[in-house]
Amino acid sequence: MTVRRVMGIETEYGISVPGDPGANPMVLSGHVVHAYASHQGLPAARAGWDYADEAPLRDARGWEMGRGTAHPSQLTDVEDPTMANVVLSNGARLYVDHAHPEYSSPEVTSPRAAVTWDRAGELVMREAAERLRNLPAAMGVPVNLYKNNTDGKGASYGTHENYLMRRETPFQRIIAQLTPFFVVRQVMCGSGRVGIGMESRTPGYQIAQRSDFFEAEVGLETTLKRPIINTRDEPHAVADLYRRLHVIIGDANHCDVAQLLKMGTTSLVLGMIEEGAITRDLAIRGPVPTLHAVSRDVDLRSTVELMSGERIRPVEVLWAYFEMVRDYLDERGGTPDEDTDEVMTWWERVLNLLETDRDAAAPYVDWVGKLAVLERYRDRDALTWESPQLRAIDIQWSDVRLEKGIFHRMAAAGRFHELVPQEQVRAAVTMPPEDTRAYFRGRCVSLFPDSVVAASWDSVIFDVPDSRALQRVPMLEPLRGTREAVGALLDDSPDAGTMLRRLGAASVGGGTG
Amino acid sequence: MAGQEQTRPQRKDDGPDDLPEPVPTAPTAEKAALDSDIDSVLDEIDTVLESNAEEFVRGFVQKGGQ
Repeated sequence: MTVRRVMGIETEYGISVPGDPGANPMVLSGHVVHAYASHQGLPAARAGWDYADEAPLRDARGWEMGRGTAHPSQLTDVEDPTMANVVLSNGARLYVDHAHPEYSSPEVTSPRAAVTWDRAGELVMREAAERLRNLPAAMGVPVNLYKNNTDGKGASYGTHENYLMRRETPFQRIIAQLTPFFVVRQVMCGSGRVGIGMESRTPGYQIAQRSDFFEAEVGLETTLKRPIINTRDEPHAVADLYRRLHVIIGDANHCDVAQLLKMGTTSLVLGMIEEGAITRDLAIRGPVPTLHAVSRDVDLRSTVELMSGERIRPVEVLWAYFEMVRDYLDERGGTPDEDTDEVMTWWERVLNLLETDRDAAAPYVDWVGKLAVLERYRDRDALTWESPQLRAIDIQWSDVRLEKGIFHRMAAAGRFHELVPQEQVRAAVTMPPEDTRAYFRGRCVSLFPDSVVAASWDSVIFDVPDSRALQRVPMLEPLRGTREAVGALLDDSPDAGTMLRRLGAASVGGGTG
Repeated sequence: MAGQEQTRPQRKDDGPDDLPEPVPTAPTAEKAALDSDIDSVLDEIDTVLESNAEEFVRGFVQKGGQ
């Protein structure tokens, strides 16, 4: 078993214009995407999205919701020409999702790479906002972007994770064995929030940004009555072989370690579920109210009640998962790969810190680092949790600007542990991961920008002079189209037409062999 | 796996310092940095914090997303 699998992170950013809370966020988000795309020389409208294989209403439990009964916000496959959308040269998608600009990372195969390409998205958003602010006077908009998940007034927007899983794993098993993990996972990777309740009616601080917005255990919805386990079954891959588990419960992370743990521990628990190796029933009584209660217990002393009647602390639930994974890896023998080893090492270390010396986890875990600053503020200025100063710090914590974002100010002073060097993140803004189909997608956008008319997770569509019809290259196998497979072919092709002819000649099944 | 909870080793004894160190920086040094000069952090935040916190918070209104 390994932590490695095809995965990715989608991050919606908060957007606002200071002094103009009524500004239309959809239009603003469109401007953000256009500002970035046009600077990169990428046609935001032309290199559109290929919606042919999207099925947002397909449910992993085996049925499909009628379009008539779906909330309009669930119809994510309807193309709206006013919606800006661009595929970036790193294989990511930058677009407007509802009322927020979203960066969907390219497919990667390790938690470390997920950290890298999600942080690349921070640089994309920072630059996009800067470009938009600096347009000539009449066109410039003083827009600010925030990598957070709530306005503290009842609105929440998501940071979603995606994990490719074996189709054969029964979904009921995933629900049963993953739900307890998701109820307590926030303790390792929550981003911290000032305010309790969706609208922050109760003063206080809690572990996770998102927890109060979850009201159901299982479901298809993502924008209302959000479920702990989301059942959207839209694999963007060979549907008979794979499912894409769409995880909507996580927070946007700034800390590398917390982000690595969010992706890594989840991937390992999914691996255990796939292997049928979860040996301890950790089912929690009342997962939804427990999720809220866990988020409010910053001292980590309260217990949760298991269906067995046993009461254990959230950290102990996480230890139970950790031990099952560790024992399973031990039993298998051999040396785990370095990605697995890295996640296991940090998992153990962070749980130890949370259990014995919580505040020492500040350089690793967002909510602990944020709480340390807020507590000092409270002491120094005798503030209560109702103080607007503390709420302002919470919001400004996630400002994408280096000079204004409190996280970024503190990171620059070395107060958070950085796993991925900044140079690697900067390179990931333009270069795709080399070991997934994102490589083919990103490199095509880079090398043949005028020939790519549309793309999606599992296709790229070309318009080439010597062919009357558009050429669609399907990429239903996420691990094809890698640098190893197509790197030389892409580099040696003077134009898209030549590349497609050579690709056709070399074609092995899935198109991007 | 009844009884597994009894078998959990004395983890508190083998503290984080006993763990393999995947990176050169020691956590204690980072924590010390965070503790010792956190007041300078506050001073720095003071210089960038939106001047009218109440208005800033009131103006940060988002539409719901996914």
